[in-house]
Amino acid sequence: VSAAPVTRRHFLKVSVAAGGGMIIGFYLPEALPASVQPKPWTALPQGAEINAWLAIDAEGNVTIRVPHTEMGQGALTSVCMMIAEELNVDWSRVRAVFADPNRHLRNGNEYKTMFTAGSAVVRRQHPHIMQAGASARERLKEAAAQAWGVQRGAVEATLGVLKSGARSGTYAEFATAAAAVALPEEPAIKTPDQWWLLGRPVKRLDVDVKSNGSAAYAIDVKLPGMAYAAVKACPVPWGRLGRFDAAAIRARPGVIGAHELKAVTGKTGLSDLQDAVAVVADSWWRAKTALDALPVEWDYGSGASVSSESQLAEARERLAAPGEVVSDEGGAPAWAGEPKELTADYYRPYETHARMEPINATVSVTPERIDVWSPTQDQSVALQLAADQAGVGIEKVFVHTVFLGGGFGGNGAGGTAVTRQATELSKRLQRPVKVIWSREEDIAQDKQRPPNLTRFAASLAPETRLPSAWTTRSIWFTQDAVARVGPATADYAISNMPYKVPHRRHERINGKAHIPVATHRAPGTNQHGFMTECFVDEVALAGGWDPLEWRLKMTEGLDDWQLVLRTLKEKSGFRTGLPRGRGMGVAIVEDHGSICAACATVSVTRGGELAVEKVVIAIDCGHVINPLNAAEQCEGSVCWELSHAWMGGLELREGRFVNTNFDSYPLLRFNQMPEVEVHFALSGGGKWGGIGEPAGPPVPPAVANAIFFATGNRIRSTPFKKHDLSWS
Amino acid sequence: MPTFTLTVNGKTRVLDVEPEMPLLWALREQLGLTGTKYGCGIAQCGACTVHVDGRPVRSCAVAVSVVAGKRVTTIEGLANGNEPHPVQAAWVEVGVPQCGYCQSGQVMSAAALLADHPDPTDAEIDAAMAGNLCRCGTYLRIRRGIRTAAALIAKKGAPS
Repeated sequence: VSAAPVTRRHFLKVSVAAGGGMIIGFYLPEALPASVQPKPWTALPQGAEINAWLAIDAEGNVTIRVPHTEMGQGALTSVCMMIAEELNVDWSRVRAVFADPNRHLRNGNEYKTMFTAGSAVVRRQHPHIMQAGASARERLKEAAAQAWGVQRGAVEATLGVLKSGARSGTYAEFATAAAAVALPEEPAIKTPDQWWLLGRPVKRLDVDVKSNGSAAYAIDVKLPGMAYAAVKACPVPWGRLGRFDAAAIRARPGVIGAHELKAVTGKTGLSDLQDAVAVVADSWWRAKTALDALPVEWDYGSGASVSSESQLAEARERLAAPGEVVSDEGGAPAWAGEPKELTADYYRPYETHARMEPINATVSVTPERIDVWSPTQDQSVALQLAADQAGVGIEKVFVHTVFLGGGFGGNGAGGTAVTRQATELSKRLQRPVKVIWSREEDIAQDKQRPPNLTRFAASLAPETRLPSAWTTRSIWFTQDAVARVGPATADYAISNMPYKVPHRRHERINGKAHIPVATHRAPGTNQHGFMTECFVDEVALAGGWDPLEWRLKMTEGLDDWQLVLRTLKEKSGFRTGLPRGRGMGVAIVEDHGSICAACATVSVTRGGELAVEKVVIAIDCGHVINPLNAAEQCEGSVCWELSHAWMGGLELREGRFVNTNFDSYPLLRFNQMPEVEVHFALSGGGKWGGIGEPAGPPVPPAVANAIFFATGNRIRSTPFKKHDLSWS
Repeated sequence: MPTFTLTVNGKTRVLDVEPEMPLLWALREQLGLTGTKYGCGIAQCGACTVHVDGRPVRSCAVAVSVVAGKRVTTIEGLANGNEPHPVQAAWVEVGVPQCGYCQSGQVMSAAALLADHPDPTDAEIDAAMAGNLCRCGTYLRIRRGIRTAAALIAKKGAPS
């Protein structure tokens, strides 16, 4: 790769039909070979930079640099909306580009964070993102004020025009001067009552390029001289690579060589190398087929003795003894012994992310610099991984942000070994290397959602038939018996359920397994929401309560929970007593600061064939900045969690997963998708909840509860497809 | 190695590859048409859907030798010049894509459906689209997009 000058435009200009001539710019990775130079991003013609977040060109177009990744959740559009709101600029003037991770790290985390997870881009980051827009607006006003000899307070900034009395000028005219303005004090961000853009439905900026095949993903990057690699790590995680016979594939078309990748002793991080063999060729298909033909011996290690059955047996055994007390309400002296009236065990198995874009990374290591393309939820982490693997300083590494074919909490290339694999191979081969994990490798080597077995017990007060005591004891399995992905993943939706019970205790047991785990869209709540909210129905029905009225009663005094439940009641028309074979079920779960309730309507044939007809969602995320995207995220979350609960579940046998591809890990298909209705029940004020994840967790329990009403079958584990749902 | 001649998006292309190389990889790596995506390699997800002689085909499971002499259309060749295909126009109007990775395949399956059934029933839509997975869960908007595209076709006539 030579450092040739920029010889062509690097923007793909796209007119968005709806919304009026919006122009957005995307950096085209194919163009990169012509622009490999120290600052590929800032060298682009974007006009005068007012701050790191935005630049304004001579025509008044505003280029907004988005530090977060776009993996389908709409961050590209949301970040631009928040800045445009404060800047007071015509939305049709906005262009989006991804911010430069190298600049971010070089300048001491200039964008505060580039991590994109936790439904946080709006929920958590809106203050500093909006601040960047507000600051730019005030600097433009100050520049005009100084030029006109008036106070800044006398200048108005509206839709790209600065005005004071009879004087006026465009943002473009004052952009260069504004960049040099130092404000004595940064302005406050707007309150929701001052919004003119936020809160309105705005179409995503990336729809055009994603409808005509031109959207660029990491897997699409092609560099001059690039080689392709297919890799295979030990099918039993942490097993060791034995011998492999490279000579057996050497004569195959296009094969460049076979390489050993060895784990570094003592390194067990999610993104550290594990023992693997890589076949490099001039085409990925040739590399993959050669790898399939390569004789390889493995030492599977101790993990090979583990199966789903053995793990579940261990879980049951360990549940007999007390765990670490996570929460204990009601006081030990008043504790009325172990509740006995109702007990139930709930189980969720491993699940995988299975992003539609298989895990991949392309890295070019040269003596001068390293360039990285990877589908990661944190470009700055990918940058550091490549720097570490190559043994160079971070200032020499450049990560090029492209679209992600899904994220879902797994962090793709940032949370797996692929970035190190590609860096290592490129370093050895002295040419750019693209590593693609086959779908089979992606499922086998992804960092999985951990399994969990929870024992619930409750007793009921004689008079009210509401619970007087409620205990839970949960065991989950992680790679190193430490809650690496956070205790939240083990406890949320159990330890923090809203229902007031006089005596309540939650205990956790950290089980150890060789399978590496990671966060998975709505971590923790995605499994405990199911368990808790199904057991709630068991407790409510045992006490003779209507499940929805029980939840209303048990959240009395919690205004936001009441608002969501009342909205669900009104919009869903939930009722019990439908004809046999049909049922409605409800559930409510708090996740990432949002409270979300679901009502599912199902039908089950006598033979046990399930159809989920409809899901009604009521959600309180405090504020909604783009109702269109918020509704899309809710629909997507419904599909996500229904997939795992209905037909998902990874099965371990001899230490490895039986599921290898979409034939053995089926996901929800088009014809199985229920109708979804989304209702926002917003409590506003200081509440900012997430929207990318919270609508998933209440769906599986709502469906399972509906199945109970339809058939009398109480489901206490997933996937539903493994249960006999027939009735007579 | 033998050579295979096929028509891709209206242009004659000659491939000098193994006969068993899947069309998907020939398109992506030999011809640089990366709009067609790899998702599973076993015809389970539909991300690689293209048209062969007008029929929707999972290009990951079709060998180059099988499509020799045939007419292949990929997402890059679906529009009529600068005018998007009605399905693409509908996708933009409805705002279907989220991560977008599966959408080339979704658009190609939908376009093939509408070529056969300009006003499809829900059952016909289900049958045509059940082979295309979407992990983001855009299925409801895909259905809406197909209806919108059908209305566009009814108004303007079928695409050439």
